[in-house]
Amino acid sequence: MNKSGSIRRFFGVPFMLWAVLFILLPLFFVLQHGLTNEAGVFSLANVRLALEWEYLKALGLSILLALISTVCCLVLGYPLCLILREYAKKSGVLIFLLFLLPLGMNSLLTTMAWQTILERHGVLNMALAAIGLPALQIVNTPVAIVIGMVYNFLPYMVLPLYVSVAAVDTRIIEAARDLGASRWQTIRYILMPLTRPGIISGCTMVFIPALTTFVISALLGGNKVLLIGNIIEQEFTAAYNWQLGSALSMVLMVFIILNMLLEFFTDADKRKREVKA
Amino acid sequence: MEKELLKLEHIQKSFGDRMILEDLDLTVHENEFVTLLGPSGCGKTTLLRLIGGFETPDKGRILFEGKDITQVPPEKRQVNTVFQKYSLFSHMNVADNIAFGLRIKGKDESYIRDKIRYALKLVNLDGYEHAQVTELSGGQQQRIAIARAIVNEPKVLLLDEPLSALDLKLRQNMQRELVKLKRELGITFIFVTHDQQEALSMSDTVVVMNQGWIQQIGTPESVYNEPENAFVADFIGDSNIVDGTMVRDKLVHLLGQDIPCINTGFGENVPVDVQIRPEDIQICAPEEGQFRGIIQSVVFKGTVYDITVEAGGFSWLVQTITGHAAGKEVGIKLAPYNIQIMAKPASEDEEAVSDE
Amino acid sequence: MAKLKKGYLALIVLFLYAPIFVLIAQSFNASRYRGTWAGFTWEWYGALLENEDILAALGNTLTIGVTAALCATLLALLTAVAMRGMHVHLRTVLRGIANIPLLNADIVTGISLMLLFLGFGLRLGYDTILLAHIVICLPYAMLCILPQVLELDDVCYEAALDLGASPFYAFRKVILPELMPGILAAFLLSFVMSADDFIVTYFTKGAGIDTLTTEIYAELKLGIHPEMYALSTLFFVAVVVFAALLVINYRVLRRHNQMKRGGVA
Repeated sequence: MNKSGSIRRFFGVPFMLWAVLFILLPLFFVLQHGLTNEAGVFSLANVRLALEWEYLKALGLSILLALISTVCCLVLGYPLCLILREYAKKSGVLIFLLFLLPLGMNSLLTTMAWQTILERHGVLNMALAAIGLPALQIVNTPVAIVIGMVYNFLPYMVLPLYVSVAAVDTRIIEAARDLGASRWQTIRYILMPLTRPGIISGCTMVFIPALTTFVISALLGGNKVLLIGNIIEQEFTAAYNWQLGSALSMVLMVFIILNMLLEFFTDADKRKREVKA
Repeated sequence: MEKELLKLEHIQKSFGDRMILEDLDLTVHENEFVTLLGPSGCGKTTLLRLIGGFETPDKGRILFEGKDITQVPPEKRQVNTVFQKYSLFSHMNVADNIAFGLRIKGKDESYIRDKIRYALKLVNLDGYEHAQVTELSGGQQQRIAIARAIVNEPKVLLLDEPLSALDLKLRQNMQRELVKLKRELGITFIFVTHDQQEALSMSDTVVVMNQGWIQQIGTPESVYNEPENAFVADFIGDSNIVDGTMVRDKLVHLLGQDIPCINTGFGENVPVDVQIRPEDIQICAPEEGQFRGIIQSVVFKGTVYDITVEAGGFSWLVQTITGHAAGKEVGIKLAPYNIQIMAKPASEDEEAVSDE
Repeated sequence: MAKLKKGYLALIVLFLYAPIFVLIAQSFNASRYRGTWAGFTWEWYGALLENEDILAALGNTLTIGVTAALCATLLALLTAVAMRGMHVHLRTVLRGIANIPLLNADIVTGISLMLLFLGFGLRLGYDTILLAHIVICLPYAMLCILPQVLELDDVCYEAALDLGASPFYAFRKVILPELMPGILAAFLLSFVMSADDFIVTYFTKGAGIDTLTTEIYAELKLGIHPEMYALSTLFFVAVVVFAALLVINYRVLRRHNQMKRGGVA
């Protein structure tokens, strides 16, 4: 055991090299570009530029849409997880396949397909016309983008959420019912507090990609809705202003770091509780 | 006997194609301490969950004070449960756990505070209001679970193997405390356990169950001393169960000998199960006994010796206070009043001793 | 209540599958333009075999996916075994770092890797995509493997050593079988993540090479070739068949186990 233990210590070396080279160093390159000017000299000009009104407006819109999408995912996903939890006990894990299979379709194409569903003469409006309802003008609006985000990121909400919902002992729920709590009271006072780590984890998993996407807005927003992701993408691929693009990425990273911290402290809190238990 | 409180009629329950309970009847009285006793899988926990409202029976009804509550959800029943693994709410402290049911009912805070203090005193945990439940020991968590249930003033408290996770010493303390608590509260307890010693020492009434059937209902003394069938005899305490034939009243033919007993009413030449408790067998000189045999093994058990004697073609378990040497030839003597005659089970279903 | 739950599940399923049905319909649509139905055809499935751009992109997606998943799984396994012997604090820090690509935005990961590759003077192409995919797959592979490795019981391993097995033999015969489900899950999840990734690939690919996702994105502006719908329909069917095989396998295994248990009792 001792001998193999000392060999085992070296198993960690490849990962440490990997982490430095491909995880930490790339982020350093972003900082380096964001904090220098074209001549390669240290400068805050690009950071200042990134904080101008035009960009802040796009950032604000991105945050708003990402928040709406996150809330939609949570509101759709929580009942789903509760129902799946019951079904999983009865009919095993097979029902999950039904919810995982759509991931087998290319996400660019499915997002594209939403355009076919939502456009003026699309599937949805044909269905609405068939039952005598007025047509909806959804495509190329923020609503279409939110639908695309919810469709794409719902699994990121459901997976961590389900893990924490399924971990709640059935007897805890029965105990609450036994003490007089209704279904809704049990969810509100017992399940939601107990699954808070899952809720937070699911929300970060949805919020970050929703905040930073440029694909969904490009596909479903026409060119009318410009999110922060679209601007960064254009700085790199069209305007070739990598310094500004990096500075904008740094602004995004502030949100990502905040999210990581939130996740970390929730985790630490959970660990503390488990250790005590 | 006190007034009838809870009545189960013709209860049937199955999960998938597994029949758990079949045509079960049970009456529980006010202020009674009833224990449901049986091996795992006998249906005792399902029965408790039916009373708690966590399951609904496929057939039959449950009456509470004469009213049908079969379809009433758990939160609307005047019954509370103490779960096997405590099931405390880990995101709340002790006081919030105990207050949960009262807050749901909208009681005012000063009433709730008094109730918490009263309940913690009852379970000997005064001053623990603000402790985190995750910081408590197993025994303490169990007490909080009991306190959380009793503040709601249920008419019946259901306890699902509440002591099984505790160590022996703590379990014995909690058994005494539960009996004391029941006396103070004056409500009905329905207690599920697979531990026969626990059942015998605490209950007014023991319900012995096996494979979905009630085998016997009676006081602890009666199920121990007068088991109605071989399952009950074997499950409760140690027993020697021998095939025999009732020759006539007060005489049974056993391993080639006619032995006097005190049972009557079985008829003549009827096959029966004969039960003799190991502590009821006397070891004597070879020529004085009804059977002659050789001591096979002697095991010291702390308070008694477990002695195996091969005699009359049967391996007898005998418990004595004094030790004997293995290999010695001895006699076995059975007093008539220590022999319990039981009818053979009528159907396969009722006989399940081999399943244990 | 039960009806309400079933209805809710049905709605979600409808939401999840609606675009998929649209895509499958389009793969049989005689019209080149989405949104207008011009009758049923198998034409695009035939044309798919002749579309060299799409086939080349498919080839890249598959080889990069398999290689990246393999590398990520191996590195995750090695690292997980190393983490088992580490102090909790070091382990927490390393796990945090390993999770960065997972919690980070894809666009930032893509850009940062592009800057790194160019900073080192690498030419963007197949190799840089592959490296970038290993980076994004690794946290998913770790997620599948690490908990299983940490929960491993030392006793079996030590018992094997006690019975005279060499550490390598003991690892192969005792530990590896127990880890197999996690390893398989890591590989599959990594492959899916690689095959479905667009953003990171987009920034690290360079000119002249495409995977399926970047090919689709390039086609978006001019209208997607219907062959692409045919290909994704085929891919989806393959996934469904694979899942069905898993289910059958699971059912058979369970019945087998039940029978074995029944036989003993």
